[in-house]
Amino acid sequence: MRAFAVLLDRLSFTASRNAKLRLIRDHLADAPDPDRGWALAALTGALSFTAAKPAIIRQAVEARVDAELFRLSYDYVGDLAETAALIWPARHGANREPELSEVIDTLNTAKRGEVQGLLEGWLDALDADGRWALLKLVTGGLRVGVSARLAWQAAADFGGVEVADIQEVWHAQTPPYADLLAWLDGKTERPAAMAHGRFRPVMLAQPIDEVVDLPKLDPAAYAAEWKWDGIRVQAVSEGGVKRLYSRTGEDVSAAFPDVVDALAYEGAIDGELLVLREGRVAPFGDLQQRLNRKTADAKLMVSHPAGIRAYDLLAAEGEDLRALPFAERRARLEAFVNAVASDRIDLSPLVPFETWDDLAVQRAGPPLGDAQSAEGLMLKRLDSRYEAGRPKGPWFKWKRDPHLIDAVLMYAQRGHGKRSSFYSDFTFGVWTEDADGIHVLTPVGKAYFGFTDEELKQLDKFVRDHTVDRFGPVRSVTATREFGLVLEVAFEGLQRSKRHKSGVAMRFPRISRIRWDKPAKEADELATLERMLEQIER
Amino acid sequence: MTPSHRFEQVLRPTPKGLWCPEGDFYIDPPRPVDRAVITHGHADHARAGHGAVLATPETLAIMGERYGADFAGQTQSLAYGERLKVGGVEVSLAPAGHVLGSAQATVRQNGLTVTASGDYKRRRDPTCASFEPVPSDVFITEATFGLPVFRHPPDTQEIGRLLRSVQQFPERAHLVGAYALGKAQRVIRLLREAGYDETIYVHGALERLNRLYEHFGVDLGPLAPATGSKADFAGRIIVAPPSAIADRWSRRFPDPVTAFASGWMSVRARVRQRGVELPLILSDHADWDELTATLTELSPQEIWITHGRDDALRRWAELQGLTARALHLVGYEDEDDD
Repeated sequence: MRAFAVLLDRLSFTASRNAKLRLIRDHLADAPDPDRGWALAALTGALSFTAAKPAIIRQAVEARVDAELFRLSYDYVGDLAETAALIWPARHGANREPELSEVIDTLNTAKRGEVQGLLEGWLDALDADGRWALLKLVTGGLRVGVSARLAWQAAADFGGVEVADIQEVWHAQTPPYADLLAWLDGKTERPAAMAHGRFRPVMLAQPIDEVVDLPKLDPAAYAAEWKWDGIRVQAVSEGGVKRLYSRTGEDVSAAFPDVVDALAYEGAIDGELLVLREGRVAPFGDLQQRLNRKTADAKLMVSHPAGIRAYDLLAAEGEDLRALPFAERRARLEAFVNAVASDRIDLSPLVPFETWDDLAVQRAGPPLGDAQSAEGLMLKRLDSRYEAGRPKGPWFKWKRDPHLIDAVLMYAQRGHGKRSSFYSDFTFGVWTEDADGIHVLTPVGKAYFGFTDEELKQLDKFVRDHTVDRFGPVRSVTATREFGLVLEVAFEGLQRSKRHKSGVAMRFPRISRIRWDKPAKEADELATLERMLEQIER
Repeated sequence: MTPSHRFEQVLRPTPKGLWCPEGDFYIDPPRPVDRAVITHGHADHARAGHGAVLATPETLAIMGERYGADFAGQTQSLAYGERLKVGGVEVSLAPAGHVLGSAQATVRQNGLTVTASGDYKRRRDPTCASFEPVPSDVFITEATFGLPVFRHPPDTQEIGRLLRSVQQFPERAHLVGAYALGKAQRVIRLLREAGYDETIYVHGALERLNRLYEHFGVDLGPLAPATGSKADFAGRIIVAPPSAIADRWSRRFPDPVTAFASGWMSVRARVRQRGVELPLILSDHADWDELTATLTELSPQEIWITHGRDDALRRWAELQGLTARALHLVGYEDEDDD
């Protein structure tokens, strides 16, 4: 338990992806079996304990600590599990410190009424870090900034294999992953991937460089289709097992039972998850309301019905199609979707074109209908196999040009990790008029990338030189009609938002240029954004 | 006369600090006074500009180093354990275990003993003398970490975390924020005790105090200024004042792991607030267990609490049947919290 506790503690304060990978990789190398497998299960979200509710923790603490001292402490610390971990009175030599596997095995077989007693015994035996890790584990949700995908990558680094190889077999394995780890140790062959309803590693596209790449490509060798603005998913239905996976292989079925029910076929479809109303794509914001939920909301399922727009067919009737060329898979997909005949599954149509110029015209001005809300185009070589990862050449994405506005820098916040000495998160605003007709800035977004390291230094210096106020890690800078820094902000989409004072929210905002030359009063007005919004919604 | 009134004949809280009427001096006064007894060299306890200062030789040397030789009209040193008549009272100093030269000031008069402990800790510190309990009628304590959530882990464990991280990230520099007086030297000395004998790089603000510690016999091993090219610092440990670790100064190091040695690092929100990647729970103040063990051991007639979480410590005293009183002295901060 100690090594696992140290790992969680370090992960929770580590911002850099590479550093997190190293911490997890080293843990897999150092920790014994089966503890390291359980750690991997905990990090990938494969464990869920619900027996230990906050009320149990509170009761256990109050039985041992004066209520007034507990209250003062909880007020100060602000988090129940953390307060309990810190305040728990040590009983030196009371018990042997439990191993992670021991905790998990015991909890898996414990009856509800036994949980509190078990917890108390373990809390007595552990130190503060161990107690914190235990409480995180048993209350579900480690929240240490690690996705399943990151943990798989670390496992891949540890074993010297590709992450796709891990994803391919992952869903056929169960914690504590003895076979998988033996393979990563180099002791055995890769375990079998043959499980019904398993995930297949996803094929991704490279962004295209219009100047360098496009002229070299033969338009006759490629198919084009719209890049829909939803969530890329894999919908698998095999031998009665139906699953919906995100593109990183995380199982998102629980949030979309309406879609899972519609998977009345034998195969694996690659497609875009969208909110579809009578065959029309709803804005991304509608889909967003259904994401990040552990369970689905019945009302929301009626008002925001989800469906899949199919791009590709990876398996059908027990046959693996991934080695076939795209053109052949596409033909199989069209027949497959037609045969399924569900109003929740439709086909992403191909976009006909002769020359790249033809296609450029369609990209700049998509025809009326769903295509107007697409993020851009996908180009797929007709002979391309379905490969895991992001190979260069077979598939390209050709996004629409971003929207641009000129905004004024209002606030800056310190970054994390490598950027902790820099003000690197920037809140910007545009002009609007207040009740008295005076021009004021209203914040419309926040961006923390898009600039070079050199530009970051310049922005950081600007913030330090023009600070007018500080609130903890945030500084507000001079931003008036007469003086302020104008930032050209690029963004992919715009939607109405009740959470933002300005009433609009941007998708993927980033700083595309720093307009040192532009006077602050010439930055854009809120009305410009409102006009863009009307155009998008038309 | 109530006990409190009798004790206040010996030492009395006033707006200008703890005052001894019979000896006419203040202990750790926040503003300049004619006569002061100084418990230790941290800036909020030891200020410049007093008429006369009585302190341990180490504390006088620290004040001289920080403020210049003329930091007070006159100075007098008093070694641990010696007793000195001052007006109608007897003053003595006992080790407080906080930093080099730190002392508890005991004032005796007419058979009454009042001890102002200044800041203190109970665990061993290789850079200063260990706390010595002084049986007293009144024990005046700090309560910086006077909440039961503060239980500082063993030093060796925290230093072990640092060394493990250096091993795990050999291409990165490890930048340890540590208060310039006391904490920095303790971190360095603890690293030496853990067997780390590489050169440790130090921020310029630490150099003079490091030399002073060495002059008083604390061997810090090979040290060097933190200047040079970025690549030189891969896998190295650099010790700097807390304010420097997340500032522009830190950019000279390769992808630094920012560590911070402070008792506050046991609380996760404080770690995040400071953008610290590797918290090291190392404090020069007594934690909850040390505070309560000290008060239990001494069992004075009255406990007076100068600063910190007096609410929780008073609640504890009440549960133990001890008499405790909050003095609400202003002007004392925690040196980790700058």
